Amino acid sequence: MWQIFHKLGSPKWFFGIASTLMPWLLWVGLALMVAGIGWGLAFAPQDYLQGNSYRIIFIHVPSAFLAQSVYMMMAVAGLVTLVWRMKLADVFVKAVAPVGAVLTFLALFTGAVWGKPTWGTWWIWDARLTSMLILLFLYFGVIALGAAISDEKSSARAVAVLVLVGVVNIPIIKYSVEWWNTLHQPATFKLTEKPSMPAEMWVPLLLSVLGLYLIFGWLTCLRMQTEILVREGRTRWVKELVQAGGN
Amino acid sequence: MAFDSFGAFIVMEGHGPYVWACYFMFFLLMGALALWSLRQRRSVFAQQRRRMNSAPARDQSPAGASFTRIEPSHD
Repeated sequence: MWQIFHKLGSPKWFFGIASTLMPWLLWVGLALMVAGIGWGLAFAPQDYLQGNSYRIIFIHVPSAFLAQSVYMMMAVAGLVTLVWRMKLADVFVKAVAPVGAVLTFLALFTGAVWGKPTWGTWWIWDARLTSMLILLFLYFGVIALGAAISDEKSSARAVAVLVLVGVVNIPIIKYSVEWWNTLHQPATFKLTEKPSMPAEMWVPLLLSVLGLYLIFGWLTCLRMQTEILVREGRTRWVKELVQAGGN
Repeated sequence: MAFDSFGAFIVMEGHGPYVWACYFMFFLLMGALALWSLRQRRSVFAQQRRRMNSAPARDQSPAGASFTRIEPSHD
């Protein structure tokens, strides 16, 4: 167990593994997304209440789902940074924060556009929407704080603390639709219950969620590799890699 | 197919603009993020290569450590 943990902390080892995984993550992820979105847009039946506007769900739910789980992953990595001082955990946080910000923005944007034909308004200051907006600002804060402190160790610690403080927002987002009165509909997928929609709707949705997860994995590997190259530029293995003509 | 024709698919009974605006934004931003990340990695590699080619002598000299920070381009 400790050996695996130790290996995981080695940037060189991670770099190699990431290079092997990346083509799989990208192509399988793209295939799943194309299948899920194509099925959802053209073949899934219409919603009896919302008409065709509900087809936005096939990108709204994956974006919102990922936006929150990326933050949870960052929180775990932040804890690892603080407790074990593992460099790779900080590399992860710095690499995925912009991805999380883009996904949160997409969840908000697609939600607003979906809200117009469904609720009659682009925006409302209710619990779910406001807590998602706070998540976006948290991502911005993490990116800005990481960029503002040039010392690697202080930056890693400060960012980890900020990420861990912000994690309180995640259960608020998740349960906001149950705790408060809101226009937002309850969760589509629950671990304990069967989905409330027919299979022709939830199967393509599941495909696009899985696809986006894999594409996120690809982006993470790519961005972590870049961050590692910058940080480890003086080490022998990076010099050898550069000389071997990698790009 | 849930629609009778391609035209009906595009119009989506009036919801077309909303649906297509969302999909456009999604692919635009995810595509831009992927391209930006790819270019960032490429520019870091190029920068490392330039540095190694321009200063091979300095690397071997016994002079003290130098702290050149590599800034990846953010374009």
